[in-house]
Amino acid sequence: MFIKKMAADKSNNGPLFSKSLDSFLESVAELAKFNVAVFREGLKPPYEFREILNQCYEIGIKSFTLVGITAFILGLVLVMQSRPTLVEFGAGSYLPAMSAVSIVREIGPLVTALICAGKIGSGISAELGSMKVTEQIDAMEVSGTNPFKYLIATRITATTLMIPVLTVYAVTISLFGAYMGSNITDQVNINFFFNRVFETLAFKDIIPSFIKTFFFGFAIGLVGCTEGYNSKKGTEGVGKAANISVVVSMLSVIVIDMVVTRISAMLGYL
Amino acid sequence: MEEEKKNISNETDSANLKPAIEIEHLRKAFGSNIVLRDFNLTIYTGQNMVVMGKSGIGKTILIKCIIGLVKPDSGTMRVFGKDISRLNHSELDELRMRIGFVFQSSALYDSMTIRENLAFPLRRSRRKKITGNIEDMVRESLRNVGLENAIDLMPSELSGGMRKRIGIARSLILKPEIVLYDEPTTGLDPITSEEIIHLILELQKKYKTTSVIITHDIDLAREAANQIVFLKDGIAWAQGTYEEMIKTNDPDLKKFFKQ
Repeated sequence: MFIKKMAADKSNNGPLFSKSLDSFLESVAELAKFNVAVFREGLKPPYEFREILNQCYEIGIKSFTLVGITAFILGLVLVMQSRPTLVEFGAGSYLPAMSAVSIVREIGPLVTALICAGKIGSGISAELGSMKVTEQIDAMEVSGTNPFKYLIATRITATTLMIPVLTVYAVTISLFGAYMGSNITDQVNINFFFNRVFETLAFKDIIPSFIKTFFFGFAIGLVGCTEGYNSKKGTEGVGKAANISVVVSMLSVIVIDMVVTRISAMLGYL
Repeated sequence: MEEEKKNISNETDSANLKPAIEIEHLRKAFGSNIVLRDFNLTIYTGQNMVVMGKSGIGKTILIKCIIGLVKPDSGTMRVFGKDISRLNHSELDELRMRIGFVFQSSALYDSMTIRENLAFPLRRSRRKKITGNIEDMVRESLRNVGLENAIDLMPSELSGGMRKRIGIARSLILKPEIVLYDEPTTGLDPITSEEIIHLILELQKKYKTTSVIITHDIDLAREAANQIVFLKDGIAWAQGTYEEMIKTNDPDLKKFFKQ
């Protein structure tokens, strides 16, 4: 048996700048390292196709009811609110065209992304956060599973693929809502309504708004995973991570929307 | 550093054994908090090494360094002769298949049943040429811990003791050569603790594993340890058998082992 006695460690361990600045710089470095690892590991084969499908189901299919109900009510309310003003100016017949353009270009993609930022972003963040604090992610890693590939890359891929699908679904349901809304006060033929919708819509309305949904999905997935995976301080940290995830992903969606709209205008798509 | 060696009897016993884990000058700090300062330890094949020390002293960090979950700041760590810090991701994964890790919180996957929890390491390893029927292996593993009936339950339906047993079953399902236990009896009543201690010893005898057990449980140390290492100030402060530890005059060890 042996017993050692230790001399004092004389190495300098004081802060580099100040304690708070050091801690901020450390968090920025951690975040950058995390994002680099996500891309490096996520793009490297083998790919987790089975888990991607599973996440597409969890993230996408399970959101259909919420997105559908919201989109339907949105279309309905949009028409109910717009009709009196349009009728006042003698433009009641423009109701299908106006609802189509506003739903396809802006309301459909944006509202779907905001709903998903709340539902999916917080869900991913809370799930990964609780897995982190209960050491489930460590357990996965010691089982020879790369968490960046299995947990993070799959979720980001699923949100990037499923938000566009959910948006197409939401836009369709919302247009039906708009048709129902216009039928509350007037008798509008369904063929007439949808003919006017498709006459009005052009590729330049559809393409930019569809493309931006991929960016929305990517941002929601990335923010949710980053916040959840890096959550600290136990269960309190999980709640905080979910909260930050919703706020940051909603803000990211709005910023991306603004940037894409500006780029679309520059390219002559508006 | 001043070093006082009082007795080296157990080190000479290990002369003919092959080292499973060799740790040299390990250092790990979190900001200004130095957890491991200059930690040195050799664990031999078939040995039960119990790591003890006060809470928050760095015992869990030590075994997380061994399995590559935490990257040390400096020092070398060889497992089966392979330097952990020089391995790439796939080499590390291969090495991890030879090591089991029993987490303090059991770390069962909440969203999976017990069957799926146990099958998970097998499915992931199947890519690395593990053969055999997964269902049979899961059932055998559950039989080993006496919980075959829990196969379709969710982790939330299990008691603390059952979760620990399932955690042990999952870590042993790949038949590892080294098992790292992080406080396997913490939070359990004395009877369940006793059952877990017997289970660990029984499974160690059956699979002939090398074990590193982190614990505060003196009963577990007494029953399981070939060697005990006492961690203090970031170094292996003392090392010896249980009998040597309780007979020492070192005030910290006396205080720790007086219970």
